[in-house]
Parts: sequence; C-alpha cells; structure tokens
Amino acid sequence: MTKGLTGWSLRLALIAALLLVWEALTVLLKVPSFILPAPSQIFIALYRGLSTGIYAEHILVTLWETLLGFALGATLALVLGTALALSRRVEYFVYPLIVMFQAMPKVALAPMIVVWFGLGLTSKVVSAALVAFFPLMVNTVVGLRSVDEDRINLMRSLAASHRQIFTMLLLPNALPYIFAGLEVAMVFALIGAIVAEFIGAQAGLGMLIQSMNSTLDVAGQFSILLILSLIGVSLNSCVVAVRRRVLFWDRPRDLLAPSSTSSGRTT
Amino acid sequence: MNEVVAERLGSGVAALSAIGVRDLDVCFGSDQPVVALDKITFDVADGEFLAVVGPSGCGKSTLLKVLAGLLAPTAGHVSLRGEVVSRPRRDIGVVFQSPVLFPWRSVMENALLPADVIGLTGPAITSRTQALLNLVGLAGFEKRYPRELSGGMQQRVGIVRALVHNPSVLLMDEPFGALDALTREIMNRELQRIWLEERKTVLFITHSIAEAVYLADRVLVMTPRPGRVALEVRVDFPRPRPLSVVNTKEFGAHVARIRDVLDASGGIE
Repeated sequence: MTKGLTGWSLRLALIAALLLVWEALTVLLKVPSFILPAPSQIFIALYRGLSTGIYAEHILVTLWETLLGFALGATLALVLGTALALSRRVEYFVYPLIVMFQAMPKVALAPMIVVWFGLGLTSKVVSAALVAFFPLMVNTVVGLRSVDEDRINLMRSLAASHRQIFTMLLLPNALPYIFAGLEVAMVFALIGAIVAEFIGAQAGLGMLIQSMNSTLDVAGQFSILLILSLIGVSLNSCVVAVRRRVLFWDRPRDLLAPSSTSSGRTT
Repeated sequence: MNEVVAERLGSGVAALSAIGVRDLDVCFGSDQPVVALDKITFDVADGEFLAVVGPSGCGKSTLLKVLAGLLAPTAGHVSLRGEVVSRPRRDIGVVFQSPVLFPWRSVMENALLPADVIGLTGPAITSRTQALLNLVGLAGFEKRYPRELSGGMQQRVGIVRALVHNPSVLLMDEPFGALDALTREIMNRELQRIWLEERKTVLFITHSIAEAVYLADRVLVMTPRPGRVALEVRVDFPRPRPLSVVNTKEFGAHVARIRDVLDASGGIE
C-alpha cells in the first residue's frame, strides 16, 4: 500500500486522468451538454452557483434538515433499540412491526410524508429520521446484546443493580456498534432529506436538482451532486472524529499502523 | 489463622465454617436432567485454602456458581458463615478463568469496579487498591489499559479486583488455566504470597493436580458424571512453600494418590 504524499498525489493524478478522458470524450464524440456535460462545464456551473451565493442558501437548508433528521432518528433508534434489547416482551411485540415498516421503501413513503407534514422543513426532517432510524436501531440492539457472559456474571456476582449493569457494562460495551450505526445513519439522513425535497420543497439541494432538471441544466445537477457527496463525506468524518474521541479503547486499526500517516479511511 | 477462629468463637458466634455445602444437587434440563452435582457435602474453615480438582464436566464451575449465588441449587444448600446463599453477596470475591477486564477502564478503574458497584469511595479504598496493585507487582501500571498488558498481568488485575472490597471469601475458577506453564508457576507463588498476607478463605478450582497440592491446605478431588467428591487430601507442607516443594517425595505421593482416584473414575483427559 502506498502511503503519505506519494499516495495522495497518485490518487489526485488518477482523478485528473479520469476527468481528462471524460472531457476529451465529450468533445470528440460531440455529446450534447444536456445529456452529459463535460467536467469543465460542471466546474463552471459549480463556480457560478457558489460565487453568486445561490447554492449557499440551499446547502444550509439541506444541511439543517439532515442534522435535525439525524438527531430525531438517532434518538428514536437509541431509545427503541435499548428497549428492544433489554425486554424480550417489547421485542416480541414491537420488532415485527419495525421490520415490516423497514421493508417498505422509504422513497415510496416520501409523497405521503410531504402531504402529511407539508412542503417545509418538517417533512424533510421526518423523512431523514425514518431513513436514518433502522441501521442505528439494529446496531444498538446487537451491541447491547453482544456482551460477554463472564462480564455479566462478574457484575452479578457483585450484586450490581440492573441500572449499574446497564451503565457500567452494557452501554460502553455497545458503543462500538452504536457508532458504526451512527456513521451509516448520518449518510442515510442526507439521503432521506433529499428524497423528500424531490417530492416537494421550497428550498434545498434536492429541490434545486429538480428545478434544474426541468430546464435541462445537467451541468448544474452534476455540480449539486458533487456538493452532496462532499457534504456526505464531511458529515461522516464528523461522526468518525467523535467516535475516535469517545472510543479511545477500540482502535485496533491504529495499533496495526503505528506511524500516523494520513492513511485513507473511508466510511 | 487460629486467632481469627478464636476471635469468632469468643464473640459468641458458633464455630461456623466460612463455607458450608450440604447435600448439594444441581441438575440441568427438565426432560432428561443431567446431574452436574450429586449430594456434595463439605466445609471450608475460616482462612482455609481449599482446592477442588477434577476433570472437565465434574461440576467444579457449577459448584462455584452456586457459591457465588449466580445459580440456584436443585436441592440442598450452601451457606457462608451460616447464612444460606440465595443471591450474590458482596462479601465474596470471584476470579474467573479469563481476566474479564473492561477494555474501557484503566487498570486502576478495573480494580476499583467492585468499589464503584458497592459505592465505596474515598482515600481508604483507593489506597487499599494501590496497596493490592503493589502487592501483585502492578505498581506503575495503574493508568494502563487492559490491551497493553500480558495475560498474566491481566489476571493479576482480576485478582486485585476480587480483593478490593475486602471480601471474606475468595472464589477462584481455574484462574490460571489460560496461562502458559511458566507464568502459571509464578502466579501460583504470587497467589500464595497474597493469601499469606490477606488470609482470606479461598475456594480454588483447578484441573491441575500439582497446582492444587502446591496451593491448598486441603484438596477435594471430584469425579464426573455425576459430580461427586471422591477423595479429600490434607496437605501439610509448611508455608510459605517454595516452588521446589513439588520435587519432594511427599508432594509426589499426594499427586499420585489423587491421580489414581481420577484415573479410576475415567481420568483427566
């Protein structure tokens, strides 16, 4: 594996080469820009959108929807996941409902959500929360249940209360799973917000893509996609950064790579 | 040791054994019950070191779980100082086969777990923990985390943790079974030293005959299917016992006697 500066420049060179081929092909094959714009046109669209301040407003809207949806979905997932993991009865009655609900494609639910919650912020937050909810809930349940039997016996042999067993053992033990779930939930929340914006919205990057589609501004749509993936990557690295602080004891990868190079760690 | 017993006799309490096991039966399953323990009866005196030796499946660990209050017996009962054990008690320390440390707690925090659960705080418990860590040779490792320690060091933390809340009884379930032979010898010597300082009543479960004879005042030999006490051996070597005691004739005689009983019952695998 290549590390450090050489690795980074190689990656950039690869991307640059791909863009060059793309550019050359669109020019040589005379592909119309409403089918597939050249990279140069996408960057021009990006620059125009950013310099005029049009994108900034929509970026903030989508970001806000995503973060609120993530907070709502994550809270629900942690609470319900904990209840499911700790009570066989809750699991027996509630879990089938949750799985049935999860089996429905959220994209198909989005139109109803917009009807119920309106064209504003609320419908986007609800949609984001619904999409973000499931992966974190499953991880919470698995994490809380993955506790070693000897550890439980140790706590029980000390006559620890249920609350103590939960806070001193089950919860810290589940944190690696919970953080893995949070990483997924964060990216899913962004997808949920965009889906609801597609159906009906007054602002946001998803709405922007929709309106550009009606004017065949494909270069503009590509520039938004680029922004969306950058937002996704940044939100994900925020969660990863928090995880590294909280889960100081759970970093096997760092042990394998003792020298702290900027080794790429994705998702 | 005699002083402790005398003190208890003097205080009006009847000469209760530290651990009393009476007609203990434990069966698993309801359709075709497997008898794990069959009519076990024995006592452990205050301050005595009792080893229970036997092959896998003889119910040693089951016995320990009942004593720790983690498992209810099918029939019979166990008592600590005359009180029947029906649930976990805080005057017991348990050392498990694996160290069972929490990776998010430092050595000091792991050792202090019982204090945290029971709610003991203050300088007294901290200094006791520090003294115990010093005693097992972990001075300077207080702030380290379990993954930074070797298996032997981790088990030392496990032993300190079992002693921190000053329990009267220490239950040890093959605590050195996962260690290599050399580390195991050292840990045996260390455990004897700790026991001579702390003078707890110890019930030590092992499948190593030599370990049992080296450590214990008395060895109970258990045979499997169903788990029964087949032999009781008193070991009277003076303490502290050097590791070289294993080379003496008497030591060999004890080991041979125990091995004969185990061989006759199907042996140690």
